[in-house]
Amino acid sequence: MATVTAAPTHSLTLEAPLPLDSGQELARAEIAYETYGELAADKSNAVLIFHALTGDQYVASTNPVTGKPGWWERMVGPGKPIDTTRFHVICANVIGGCLGSTGPASLRAEGTPWGMDFPVITIRDMARAQVALLDALGIGTLYAAIGGSMGGMVALSLAANFPDRAERVMVIASAARHSAQNIAFHEVGRQAVMADPNWQDGAYYGTGKAPDAGLAVARMAAHITYLSEDGLTAKFGRRLQDRSAKSFGFDADFQVESYLRYQGNAFTSRFDANSYLYITRALDYFDLAEEHGGRLADAFANSRARFCLISFDSDWLYPTAESRSVVHALNANALPVSFVELSAPYGHDSFLLDVPALDRVVKGFLDR
Amino acid sequence: MSTAGGTLRADLAVIARHIRAGARVLDIGCGDGALMAILRDQRGVDARGLEIDPEEVEKAVARGLSVVQGDANRALEHYPDHAFDYAILSQTLQTAERPDRMLEQLLRVGQQAFVSFPNFGYWRMRMDLLLHGRMPVTRHLPVSWYETENIHHLTVADFEALARDKGVTVEKSWFFTGDRAVGGGHANWRAEYAVYQLSR
Repeated sequence: MATVTAAPTHSLTLEAPLPLDSGQELARAEIAYETYGELAADKSNAVLIFHALTGDQYVASTNPVTGKPGWWERMVGPGKPIDTTRFHVICANVIGGCLGSTGPASLRAEGTPWGMDFPVITIRDMARAQVALLDALGIGTLYAAIGGSMGGMVALSLAANFPDRAERVMVIASAARHSAQNIAFHEVGRQAVMADPNWQDGAYYGTGKAPDAGLAVARMAAHITYLSEDGLTAKFGRRLQDRSAKSFGFDADFQVESYLRYQGNAFTSRFDANSYLYITRALDYFDLAEEHGGRLADAFANSRARFCLISFDSDWLYPTAESRSVVHALNANALPVSFVELSAPYGHDSFLLDVPALDRVVKGFLDR
Repeated sequence: MSTAGGTLRADLAVIARHIRAGARVLDIGCGDGALMAILRDQRGVDARGLEIDPEEVEKAVARGLSVVQGDANRALEHYPDHAFDYAILSQTLQTAERPDRMLEQLLRVGQQAFVSFPNFGYWRMRMDLLLHGRMPVTRHLPVSWYETENIHHLTVADFEALARDKGVTVEKSWFFTGDRAVGGGHANWRAEYAVYQLSR
């Protein structure tokens, strides 16, 4: 089941057409979002969190599709580093997504799903949609914009393109552009989806068939990039799955195979394959310097925000060098920036996991 | 700034006292940000830091300071000319790959610079070397030659010669032994460490 639908708690229809980088526009785009904590009377305490590629707006509350806790509950909540007794936290599903915001599975005006007629979107389009949400909510300037991974790219795009909308910008385990290696892994995933006969050129909605096998393979390949070799070795090594000897066949003999198959299959029950194509495309198109005349420093020429960047030493998807190039671009504008590479064994996924130093840095950055 | 003297090392306290309120400051090798926090909280200074040790950076960021983890030998080149009123380099010059280039960078990113360093011309060091023929290990420099980060030992006289050669103006200088200030006369003999305020 790939056409995921869930009733979002909050949803807003943008009255004005949303202009897109492709030159097209999206009429009556829906933005599904969640909020946590009270908005102050002067609206000075709003914190916007951007989710990652396959994340969603349920940052600190149960995801209604999976029944699992919010994806960043360890960071967001009462007394947590992003303290909801102090901040009004907003998290919205990106456009192109499949958890309530307009995406390829949504119905267009004619009443049929968009499928591959959905316009190609960019990271800047995602930022633009969320600025439209802020406008609708009457929030001028955010106390902070925060994102990890793809969410960090949306945060950077917001800082560069809407410099007066956030006083603080926090970018975790992210990059200012997708590298050739990043694009290559995504292309493997997209080709896996498109090679699945059930994909049907994207017009699988309502056919009773969906490219679950292809999407699962895409997820398996991507999942490897979220972990570290040391992490995989520690968790699985070469251990066998529920057997004492190799089967001399192609079952999931190894625990790591079994784990990846599980991850791939579980993913198809919560994510739309076409959304995966569109959002990975948006990531691959992302190059913040290119948008600003080829010089990354120029992207932040109008910024007055305080920045905090964090990378992890075991993250080879968006390695420290990528964060450092953003830091140099911010330094070139003499902007106040903090940067630290934290040590954690979990690879790219470290930003979602138990890294006490991350909690301290997030809290410290938001305290002032 | 009397409280600053109580909580800061003597060289940092003298630096803190001579920084204009509200100034823009880059503290290179800022550690956990002790000086930056005092400058921010007591003088309204816009303080930024650069520190190589990630654990120190984490402590500084956790106290709400803007500190970048990086190697001063390479990171300074990314800052624009005269982005700061003051660049501070405390007890770090002797660890630089090229102290002469570091000094140039300080006075490029800062209108003025504060530099403090241990004086290897201090008489106890000279006596140590003279009498024992061994590289000195002192209260102020407690690490043996093979594990010290101090790769470019210098004296007060060496530093003043470098400043002259580079066309750098010494605005003010202070000399200390322990926490006690010593006069400028015979500083190359008498001072355990030195602080200079520099400009171009």
